Amino acid sequence: MTDRVNDFAIKIATVNGTGSASANTLLMKSIFRSGIPVMGKNYFPSNIQGLPTWYEIRVTRDAYVARSGKIDVMVAMNAETYARDVREVASGGYLIYDSTWPRPNLLARDDITVLGVPLAKLCNENFNGVRTRILMKNICYAGVLAALLDLDVENIRGLLAETYAKKPQLVDSNMKAITLGYDYAKQNLQCPLPLRVSKLEKTAGHIMIDGNTAAGLGCVFAGATVGAWYPITPSTSLMDAFKSFADKLRVDPDTGRKNFAFIQAEDELAAIGMVLGANWNGARAFTATSGPGLSLMNEFLGLAYYAEVPAVLFDIQRVGPSTGMPTRTQQCDILEGAYASHGDTKHVCLYPKDPEECFYFTRDAFDLAERLQTPVLVMSDLDIGMNDWMCPDLKWDDGYVPDRGKVLSKDEIAKLEKFHRYLDVDGDGIPYRTLPGVHPKGAYFTRGSGHTQYGAYTEDSAEYQIVLDRLSRKFHTAKRLVPKAAIEHDPKIDIAIVAYGSSDGAVREARDILGSHGLTANYMRLRSFPFGEDVEKFLEAHKLVFVVEQNRDGQMRSLLTLETRVDKARLRSLLHYSGLPISSEFIVNGVLAEVSPKTRKPEVVPAAAKTSGGAA
Amino acid sequence: MTFLPKPKVRHPSLPKNSLGLTRRDYEGGLSTLCAGCGHDSITAALIEATWGLDIEPQNMVKLSGIGCSSKTTAYFVSGGHGFNSVHGRMPSIAMGANAANRDLIYVGVSGDGDTLSIGLGQFCHAIRRNLNMAYIIENNGVYGLTKGQFSASADVGTRAKKGEVNQQPPIDPVLLALTLGATFVARSFSGDKQQLVPLIQAAMRHKGFALIDVLSPCVTFNDHEGSTKSYQYTREHYDAAVNVDFVPFQKEISADYAAGDVLPVVLHDGSRILLRKLDASYDPTDRAAASMAIQEHLKKGEFLTGLLHVDTNGKEFHEVNETPSIPLNQIPHDRLSPGSATLAKVLARYR
Repeated sequence: MTDRVNDFAIKIATVNGTGSASANTLLMKSIFRSGIPVMGKNYFPSNIQGLPTWYEIRVTRDAYVARSGKIDVMVAMNAETYARDVREVASGGYLIYDSTWPRPNLLARDDITVLGVPLAKLCNENFNGVRTRILMKNICYAGVLAALLDLDVENIRGLLAETYAKKPQLVDSNMKAITLGYDYAKQNLQCPLPLRVSKLEKTAGHIMIDGNTAAGLGCVFAGATVGAWYPITPSTSLMDAFKSFADKLRVDPDTGRKNFAFIQAEDELAAIGMVLGANWNGARAFTATSGPGLSLMNEFLGLAYYAEVPAVLFDIQRVGPSTGMPTRTQQCDILEGAYASHGDTKHVCLYPKDPEECFYFTRDAFDLAERLQTPVLVMSDLDIGMNDWMCPDLKWDDGYVPDRGKVLSKDEIAKLEKFHRYLDVDGDGIPYRTLPGVHPKGAYFTRGSGHTQYGAYTEDSAEYQIVLDRLSRKFHTAKRLVPKAAIEHDPKIDIAIVAYGSSDGAVREARDILGSHGLTANYMRLRSFPFGEDVEKFLEAHKLVFVVEQNRDGQMRSLLTLETRVDKARLRSLLHYSGLPISSEFIVNGVLAEVSPKTRKPEVVPAAAKTSGGAA
Repeated sequence: MTFLPKPKVRHPSLPKNSLGLTRRDYEGGLSTLCAGCGHDSITAALIEATWGLDIEPQNMVKLSGIGCSSKTTAYFVSGGHGFNSVHGRMPSIAMGANAANRDLIYVGVSGDGDTLSIGLGQFCHAIRRNLNMAYIIENNGVYGLTKGQFSASADVGTRAKKGEVNQQPPIDPVLLALTLGATFVARSFSGDKQQLVPLIQAAMRHKGFALIDVLSPCVTFNDHEGSTKSYQYTREHYDAAVNVDFVPFQKEISADYAAGDVLPVVLHDGSRILLRKLDASYDPTDRAAASMAIQEHLKKGEFLTGLLHVDTNGKEFHEVNETPSIPLNQIPHDRLSPGSATLAKVLARYR
């Protein structure tokens, strides 16, 4: 193999609950600190201890953020998954295993290099206690990789010192395990491999952060004061992050009182109810949930839509249907998010592409929810929410003033002859609202039953329709307020890719690869629903549009056909729904299967559109 | 939810409270419930209670779920915001609203269907959080709006209007609340305004979750022979254990009571509840004893009423959460957002 410096992928197969997470983070961060862009993805089971887990680290000098689809180095630490782990290594790649015991089945392939290190033996000889030996075995492989890949051991030492600042003895024992592996590899294997790292200067001004942390931080900065939730993977860490930041940043230094309320609800029904109650009463309140929780929240989301109560909801999408695979990723709540609840309901949805956008969209979500007096759903996913992504430093504008929307002050209410809650005074479909406790003239009755534009109960058809039609106008207004689609459009090209959320990184890389095949495609990344005119125009301008999504049914494609004038036949789905994050390879193969790079003539399928399904 | 505006007729001789407001100022829309509905008597008691407490109407927040009972919130204090939410989920709306602004007075009006079936979970957890609100159950043992199905509070042996006999044991909200650690548990009867008004006042001033289970006969579907929640049955099996006088802090008067009969309970704002025990052996501060006494009476088919248990030492939600005295919805943004310099420091962990 020729040298591949700073451009390869490692996958580490372990058993969960054995400390491998620390070792993997250590490896990834030490590469990051050497100035080399890196991607880390955790494929973990819905379990606390004893089931297979994998961690994929991609070293990427070109700063791609998605999986390539290929594994160059496999660290096979879990006998249970040896067979599939061996299969997954790309030809010419490497497999590292614990050679304490003979593993003849690992030697089944002659197109890869198998390297044995007696990790268990080394740790048994040097550490005491069963648990310690297991934990240290996993740190030990990090040492082996450090030697093989030419990682900076000082970076590793520095990271350990930060992690265990309060327990210096743990720095020593961990370093001992690192050194054991490192020295063994140096003495017994050819180090470094042709796949190795070499310092770059590409990570300055960047951080490694997961989307749930970024969103939780965003809630603190955007001024959210009430967080209500019910624990559900993979959204829980968003609430944990909010609590942890707020405990530090939101405690009044003089009184020790907390400028926030954090409520663990009895279920998701209550969590969203609390969020509505708090927003209705003038606080910025939010919840985070995932598929099953979103299903439970439907009834209240309908009330919020119809009674016009702001709310911010983070849906960290996971694999469905039903309980599905709670620790795997998908984009499978797109239609549910857009149309949650019975009756004619529509919701503003934002589709962040990465943790950075989670942070900024959190701020935007609160502004939009209060401006539009309606729920805003931030449609993140497990890949964004729980994996560390390299992002530019998050910035905060100290001049930011929250948009609290059309809330009447005490003086404004006093001057009114009469307050009408649901009247379209400004012609934008957005009525004025009042908060409790301000002025008796501002009092009104919030209800999910039929109401007139003046706020009174009604069963009169005409009165009912006036309000329902205004809600439609309000949703139309939303089109110009929500984040615009990110569009790269060369008018000479009539093939395009449409994607959203966590598929963005894979699409960007795929376009580069397709470019090297002589095929260029325009690109539109949807960032929000409802769709604006820019989305309509982009779709109209292309003969063939690949819609890349991480679900089985092409939900965004459906939404586009329902909500725009686009001709269905032009939209071709590329659907990845294995539960693993989408790879660039999947998109490249999907596009090439339909479009020949030589002729660049897509074979346009008339009438019913063909969908190419299947996972990578 | 029906709301018919009620014309305000001012009469100079109407008595005024200390805010200069008459009882008319505490009324709401015209009730559309059946004539003779117990719920309307409770509405009248709510109007009397709020007027008597000198509550600024805009400081009242009225919350409800779905059902006949939940319409009540439209019929009193039209100067306060109302929130008619979804079936059984009013406690969560109240929780959120209260979290946002701890200064307002929250009154929830629910029914036995709304509270004890679809909303049982939220009811229990609001009690566990000691959410600072008065929670009134208008309890008639029947689903009125859907025309007469048994509710979870229907007694065994109760005969429905169409003849069906209930065989499932009832859920008693009062006993349930006691086991969940409720700090204010009362039962009353819609026909007993004398008892109900001070109970409502005490519940509104109590710091924490205050439950009043009000037996409120349904004249249309549950006021016949064979029903244990009819007017006649309730009047005949109604036993007052601990009646209440409510004395607001500002209105301290020399109460007319003989020592020994009355147990004064001082509330957090200095106002007092005077518990007039009709049975000298009853101790309303003893949770277990209260529970026992209620069950003894239930065995005999009797409803013990009054303020059955009170505990003024419980911590309400905001005390547990350690929120500031200023409502969260009034903290200026610059005190909530840590600013760019802090963000830069936070990011150090992620390098």
